Amino acid sequence: MFAYYLQLGLRSLRRNPALTALMVMAIGFGVAASMITYSVFRAVSGNPIPGKSAQLFTPQVDGWGPQQNLKGEPAEALAYIDAMALMRAHEAKRQTLLYPVQLSVMPGGNRDLPLNANGYAVTADFFTMFEVPFRFGSGWSAQDDDARASAVVISGELNRKLFGGANSVGRTFNLGGHDYHVVGVTSHWNPRPRFYDLFSTSGFADEPDIYMVFNRALDLQMRSGGRNSCRGSITYTSWQGYLQSNCVWITPWVELDSAAEVAAYRRFLTNYAADQQRAGRFGWAANVRLRDVMQWLEYEHVVPPESRISLAVALGFFLICLVNTIGLLLAKFMRRAGEIGVRRALGATRREIYTQYLVEAATVGLAGGVLGLLLTAAGVSGVGILFQPEIARLARLDLSLVGLTFVVAIIATVLAAFYPAWRAAHVQPAWQLKSS
Amino acid sequence: MNFQVRPILTALRQHKAGTLLIALQIALTLAIVCNALFIIHQRLGNLSASSGVDEANVFVITNMWADMGQSTSQVDAQVRADLIALRQLPAVRDATPASGYPLRGGGWDNFVTMTPEQVKPTTDAAVYTGDEHFIDTLGLNLVAGRNFRPDEVMVMGTQEAVTPPTVIVSKVLADRLFPDGDALGKSFYAMGATPTTIVGIVDPLHRQGVDSWSNGYAGQALIWPLRADDSRGVFYIVRARPGQLADAMREAPKALYAQNRLRIIDSKDGIQDYATIRHKVYDRDRGMAILMGIISVVLLAITAAGIVGLTSFWVGQRRKQIGVRRALGARQRDILAYFLTENFLISVSGTVLGIVLGFAFNLWTVTRFAMDRMSLAYVGAGVLVLVLLGQAATLAPALRASRVSPVEATRSV
Repeated sequence: MFAYYLQLGLRSLRRNPALTALMVMAIGFGVAASMITYSVFRAVSGNPIPGKSAQLFTPQVDGWGPQQNLKGEPAEALAYIDAMALMRAHEAKRQTLLYPVQLSVMPGGNRDLPLNANGYAVTADFFTMFEVPFRFGSGWSAQDDDARASAVVISGELNRKLFGGANSVGRTFNLGGHDYHVVGVTSHWNPRPRFYDLFSTSGFADEPDIYMVFNRALDLQMRSGGRNSCRGSITYTSWQGYLQSNCVWITPWVELDSAAEVAAYRRFLTNYAADQQRAGRFGWAANVRLRDVMQWLEYEHVVPPESRISLAVALGFFLICLVNTIGLLLAKFMRRAGEIGVRRALGATRREIYTQYLVEAATVGLAGGVLGLLLTAAGVSGVGILFQPEIARLARLDLSLVGLTFVVAIIATVLAAFYPAWRAAHVQPAWQLKSS
Repeated sequence: MNFQVRPILTALRQHKAGTLLIALQIALTLAIVCNALFIIHQRLGNLSASSGVDEANVFVITNMWADMGQSTSQVDAQVRADLIALRQLPAVRDATPASGYPLRGGGWDNFVTMTPEQVKPTTDAAVYTGDEHFIDTLGLNLVAGRNFRPDEVMVMGTQEAVTPPTVIVSKVLADRLFPDGDALGKSFYAMGATPTTIVGIVDPLHRQGVDSWSNGYAGQALIWPLRADDSRGVFYIVRARPGQLADAMREAPKALYAQNRLRIIDSKDGIQDYATIRHKVYDRDRGMAILMGIISVVLLAITAAGIVGLTSFWVGQRRKQIGVRRALGARQRDILAYFLTENFLISVSGTVLGIVLGFAFNLWTVTRFAMDRMSLAYVGAGVLVLVLLGQAATLAPALRASRVSPVEATRSV
C-alpha cells in the first residue's frame, strides 16, 4: 500500500509543478539555513574534553577588589603571587599553571631564517591532566619542574619541520638563543574550544608548536605572549617588579575527582583569600570562584553571539518555511476534495486518506531534504564569508549532518502535513459528490 | 471604490486555517526581517567606521625578534637602524615603530583617571606608541596643538612601564575628559604615577579593537612618544608614496632582512595592507550582514510565493461566487478590490503580532548579548515592506479573479 501511496504522491506532485517546486524550495532553504548555522554552532559549543570536563577546574581569586574587578567577578587569570601560592599549597591531586609564550627556533641545518614557535609554559601535570596524546616520548616529570629544566614537548608539526618527522626525543635545538632538549612529541592535539586558555585566546587558535617548563620560562624572564591585564597605577621597572604587581596573566588548572575534593578546594581558596585580607594584601573579603570546563566556557562566552543569533534567525526562517508549507499543502490537498470524495465513497477509510496524504507530504520532505543537502554542502563550504576563518574552518559536512538534514526535512514536512491531511481525511464524500 | 469589509470578514471566517497561516507567516517574517534589517544597518555602520589612517597607502609589518635575549639598548639600536632603512626606500614616505595599530583587532588599552588617587577609572583609552613620525606615517589629521618633538621620544624596555610626560589624544577622548573643549595643555593619568599632558589632538583615530565591550569607549585613543623596544618584537607601520604601495610592500622586508636576518616576518600575515587589516577585523560584522541579507531576501520571496499560492487557491475555490457577484453587477475592479482588501486586512493583523514578536527577539539579543535596542523605524520599514509585498503578491491572483466571467455563475448546479 505504501508503494501505491508513494506513486499517487509523486503523480500528484507532478500535477502542479510550480506549487511542488515552491514547497520543495521552502523546505530546502529552511533546512539548509538551519543546518549551516547549526554546523557552526555545533563546532563552537562542543565539549572539548568530554571524559574529564567535570574534573578540571580553574580557580579564580579576586586580587583587584570590588572597585576594580569585573563587575563583582574576579579577574579571569591570576597574578604571579597568587598563582605561585596556589601551586605551592598543592591542595589538588594534579595542578598546572600556564601562560602563552612566543619563541623562535634559531636558524640551523639547511634553514637560514628563524622559525616561529608559539606555545605554552606549563608544569609537568599539564600533560596528564589534559590527556595530551604522544607520538614519541612523554611529558616531563615534577623533578624537571623543580630543576627548572630546559625540557620541551613539541607538536608533530614542528617535529616534521625540524626533524623530518623522526623520533626526536633526546635531540637538542635552539629556541630564542637557548638550547632545549626534546622529551616528547605530541600527536595532533588541539581541543576546540581551547578551554585551558580562554584568557589569551578566543578558543579557536592554531595548534601550539611547543610546551616548555614553566619555571624555566620564569628564569628567562619571558613575558606572556598573550594577554596581560592590570589595575591601578603600573609602575614596575623590572621583571621582579612586574611579578609583584597586580597584573594577571597566568591561568591555573586543578584536577578534582569528587564533590568532596571540590568542596575542600573551594574552602582552601576562600581561606587563602581571607589570609591575604588578614595579611593586608587584599582590602576586601574573600571573592573566589572555582569553575569546571563547561562552566568556564559558558562564563567566557566562547560561543560567539553571532553564532547564536544566526542559529536563532535560521530556525525562525525554517519555522516560516514550515508555516508556508502548511498553507500550500492545505491548498493542494483541498483542491482535490472532489477526488477524495470519490475515493471515500468507493470505500477508502479516513485512515487510508490520512496515510496517503502524509506519504505525499513525506515525498515533498524528501525532495526538500535533497535540495537542503545540496544547499547545506554549498553553504558549509562557503561559510568562510559568513564567520571568521578560524571558526568557519570548524564547520563540516559530515555523515551525522547529512543524516540530520534528511531527518529534519522529512519529519518537519510530515508534521506540517498533519493538519492539511486531517482536513483532507474529513472531507464529506456526499457533499463533494453532489457539488461536482 | 467601495471597500466592503463586513462581507470580507464573513468570508474569512470560512477560511480560518488559511487566514491564520498567512497572518502567522507575515508575523514571523516581519519579526525576522525587521531584526535582520536592524542588524544589517548596525553592522554596515561598523564596517564604514573611519580609522583616521590613510588606508590607501599604509601597511603594517609584524616583526618578531628571533634572539629574545637582547638587551633594551640592543633592540633600540636595531629598531633605529630598521627605521632609517625603511625611510630611505624610494617608495616609502614615512615609517614609525609601534606597539599596535588601529583596527588590529585588540591590543593595549589603559584606564584613564583625573587624579592619581582615583580608584574608579573615568574612562578607557586605546594606547598607541610611536616616535615623532607616527602622525605623518598614519596620515592622522592633527586638529589642535603640535606633533611630538624628536627629543620627547622615550624608550620602553620589555619589563618596564613608562608614562611619558606628553601625549597626543583623539578628539573624542579630549572631549570626554574635558567637555569644555580646552583639553590642550591639560593633564590626566593613564595608569601611571605621573601625569601626562596633552600637546596635540587628532581626529579621528579608531581604537585597535572593534569588540562590543569597547563600544562605550569608541574613538577614544592616546598616542605616547615611545619606542617600545620589546625583546619579543615590534610593529613597523609604513606609509608608501601615493600609488607606490605595492613597491613599498615588496621592498620593505628586503631592506629589513638586509639589516639583520635574525627576525621573523611571517610569510602569510607578516605584511598587511590596510585593506586586508580592515577586511579581517570586520569579518564578523560583514558575515552577519551578508547572512541576514540572504535570509531576508529568501524569506520575503518565500512569503510572497506562499501568499500567491494560497490566494490562487482561494480564487479557484470561489470562481462560482465571483461569477455570481459579477452577474449581480459587481465590476472587475470591485472583485480586484475585494481580494486586495482581504489581503490587507490579513497583513495588518499579522503585522500586529509580528511587531510583538520582533521586539521580543530584539529584547532577547539585548539581554543576552548586550546588543542595542531596535528603534521603531526598522519595525515601521518592515511593516511597510510586508504590507506592500502582500499587496503585490495578491495582485496577480486577484487580477485573474477579476477576469472571471459572469457566465461562471450559470455553470453546473
